[in-house]
Formats: sequence, structure tokens, C-alpha cells
Amino acid sequence: MLPQFQTENDPGPDFVSLIKKYGIEPLSINNPIENLPHGTTCVAIKFSDGVVLAGDRRATSGHHISHKAIDKVFQSDSHSGVAISGAAGPAIEMVKLFQLQLEHYEKVEGKSLSLEGKANQLGTMIRQNLPAAMQGMVVIPLFAGFDIREKEGRIFQYDVTGGRYEEKGFATTGSGSLHATTVIKLGYKSDLNSSQATELAANAIFEASEEDSATGGPDLIRDVFPTISLITKSGYEALAHADVSSIFNEIISSRISRNETSR
Amino acid sequence: MSMPFYVSPEQMMEDRADYARKGIARGRALIATCYKRGVLIVAENPSNTLHKVSEIYDRIAFAGVGKYNEFDQLRIAGVRHADLKGYSFSRDDVDARSLANQYAQMLGHIFTHEMKPMEVEILVAEVDHEDEISRNQMFHILYDGTVKDENSFAVLGGESDAILERFEILYKSNMTLKKSLTSCIDALSGGERKISPNDLEVAELSIQNGRRAFRRITGTELEDLIN
Repeated sequence: MLPQFQTENDPGPDFVSLIKKYGIEPLSINNPIENLPHGTTCVAIKFSDGVVLAGDRRATSGHHISHKAIDKVFQSDSHSGVAISGAAGPAIEMVKLFQLQLEHYEKVEGKSLSLEGKANQLGTMIRQNLPAAMQGMVVIPLFAGFDIREKEGRIFQYDVTGGRYEEKGFATTGSGSLHATTVIKLGYKSDLNSSQATELAANAIFEASEEDSATGGPDLIRDVFPTISLITKSGYEALAHADVSSIFNEIISSRISRNETSR
Repeated sequence: MSMPFYVSPEQMMEDRADYARKGIARGRALIATCYKRGVLIVAENPSNTLHKVSEIYDRIAFAGVGKYNEFDQLRIAGVRHADLKGYSFSRDDVDARSLANQYAQMLGHIFTHEMKPMEVEILVAEVDHEDEISRNQMFHILYDGTVKDENSFAVLGGESDAILERFEILYKSNMTLKKSLTSCIDALSGGERKISPNDLEVAELSIQNGRRAFRRITGTELEDLIN
């Protein structure tokens, strides 16, 4: 049957309340689960025309590397993206719901949510995940997008309760975030262009992977590289594998030559 | 004590159908047609915000004529159905045929059981492709739940018979967007009056638009195509 509701309990453009009416309770794991795969370091950096989002590809369960090529950077709609760290299962489910929520709203209402509205929506979802977070299944995403009304890139960071904090220049999340932050801090300017911002993000992930065991670096054996996406006025664009690979190969060769000269 | 008059079932259905048809005939028409890259839907609609043509899912579009609040209610139900199905199973499992059947069931039920039938006529279109050839499906659903599977084009709304006659002559398979659009406009206007771009609502379903095949054609793009 087609979904039909009485006026008083119509879910409106909200996809999460729609599925709840069908008995599906998303993000509701209430028991602790040990050794769930966790994903780590993601960064977002603002530049003159938008935002760059980057994330490594490793998921770990304790000391075990459970996945070597998972994606943590997702497109959420035409002009925004999410990067996730934390428990991989709930995080991916949250992203899927978030993507659907934005698209559902856009279709039902005939126009997209504002970037602010999208950021708040994600905050609500993180708050709904709080019971699971208390059991160790924390999901902390970064949300970034190009605000068509304000004509600039914007970055939002969250805490486990869904608290939402807008960042001026850059943000990081995950276990490698301390190292990533330091790298970005040293290279950040308010007027970076897109290639400078991309390079800075790649360097941040690279250094985090050197110092943090849960963060994966470029994997030359399997040809797997961290994900980098740009969000500008023209929309969300994931950098092609060849471009990302050449950025990281350059970083690697610069490090090799540095070590050779110091020998 | 008043006695209810006996009304034969034939008469009752006839009356309801007349009522619905009258409501639909008051509205302006729309044409949906296959063209080179997919499906093109052209509606006469002076409003820029109250849409007759909308997106349902990745490859599915919806168009309705008649009473706005009634077909909009159907549109939202369709979006919900599609999004729920895609969430529970997979995006590939959402298809126009099943949605059209659901609509038919709902409209048929309302036609026989409710106080008043819905004064709407709707269309569910889907594009798909195999290799380079696009395969389109169009389901034309009437106020009483009758489903018609249309092969290459469909006309909905007031004066649809006259418009259909005109469009049958103009239609050719594999037309370009521009040619297809001007043919639709000519058939809608009948050559007697000029329809300004402001009074048109145009959208296409094309696999070339990526995952979400639906795209509105508006503003300068529309004006350039018409002139």
C-alpha cells in the first residue's frame, strides 16, 4: 500500500519519522558490542572557493586492521559532504539515513534544506545515537558544504551529544586528529586556493597515518589512497584516483629525498 | 420518512466518472513524450512553484493534472513509497511499474469507496538504459484506477483528445530535445495561441543526468530551446 497518513500524524518531509511509523528504529543499538570496526582520521579545510574533505581508508577492531579500503568521505547531496570517524557500522548507517533524509526533504518540499538546516539535521541524528555512543559506539562526523546563500564553504564539527560547532578554517576528527590538526595549523592560511588546500589535507592525513596506528596511509601495494573531495559552487566532486595517487606519490618522494639528504 | 431513491450501479459509476472528468477537463494539459535522451514532460502551468511535474526517484518522474492538492498528495505518497522501498531493499528495486500499480489500487479504491472520486489524471514515467539504447516506460493512470501503458507519448488533462490528435502527427521517434519540445508546445497550443515560456513547466528524465535522472528545464535554457 502507498504510505498515507491522517493530517495529525503525517510525518511531513522527515524521512526518519516516516520509517519509524513503519516500525524501523534506526540508530538504536542499545547493547555494548566489543571490537566493532572503527574508522579514524578525517579532515576538512576551507579554501577560497569552498571546502576540501579528506579521510583515510583504514578501519580497525582493537589492534586488528579490519578493512584496508573503506570510505569515510561521502557525498550527502549536491553541495555537501560528510566525513565519519568512530564505529563504522553505525556511522555508515547514519550517513545513509542522512543522505536519504536530505533527498527526501528535497523531493517532498520541492527545494533543498539550507546548509544550516542540513547541519542541524545531522546533529539530531548524532543525538539519537547517544544511547549507542554510551556503549562505546561513538559516531563523530564532520559536515562540510558550500552554502549557496552565503556563497562560501562552511565546516561543522560535532560532539557525541549532537552539539554542533561551526569552524572558521578547518576541523579534524578521529584518533589521528591531533597530528592532523598540527599539520593543518602550520600550513593554514585564510586564502588558500583549491590545490593548496588539497595538498594540505593530504599532508595532514599522511602525517596522522605515520603517528597513529589506527589511521591508514597511502597503500602502494593495493593501490589504495585516502579519499579527497572538493565542494565548491559547482557542487561536490570526489578527486579521481589518478589525481589523489599523484598527490600522495609526491609526498612520499619528498619524504624519501629528505631522508636521503640527512643520511 | 424519506426513502432513498434506487440508483443503479451503472448510473452511480457514470455520475462519479462524469464528476471526475469535469474536474480534470478544467485544468490545462500536459504532454509526456519519449525523445532521443529519455522522456520529456511539457506542461502548461502558469505557476512557478506549484509543480505539475516532479521527481519521485532516481529514474522515475511524476506528472499530474486536475486538482492540485489531490495529485500532490499522490506525489508525496509516491516519494515516500519509493524512498522507503529503496531504504529497505536497494535503489535498483524501485520501479515505475510497481508504483503505478499502487497508484491504480489507491485511485480505484477511492473511486468506488469514497464520497467523491479524485479529480486527477497522473503519469508515472521511468527511464532505463541498456547499452546505449534508452528504454522508457510510461504509465498513464486515470481517476478510476485504469492504467494505460503508453509506448511513446501520453497526453493528460483538458482537451487531451484534440492535443493527442495534433501530437500524433508531429511525433517522430528519436527527436532532439529542441525538436521534441517545440512539437509539444505546438500540439498544446494548436498553433492558435502563443504559450510564453513563463507559462510552461518543462522537465526531462535522462540517464545522462547521472543517478538522479530528473532535471527541470527553466529560465534562459528553456527560452533558448524555444527560440
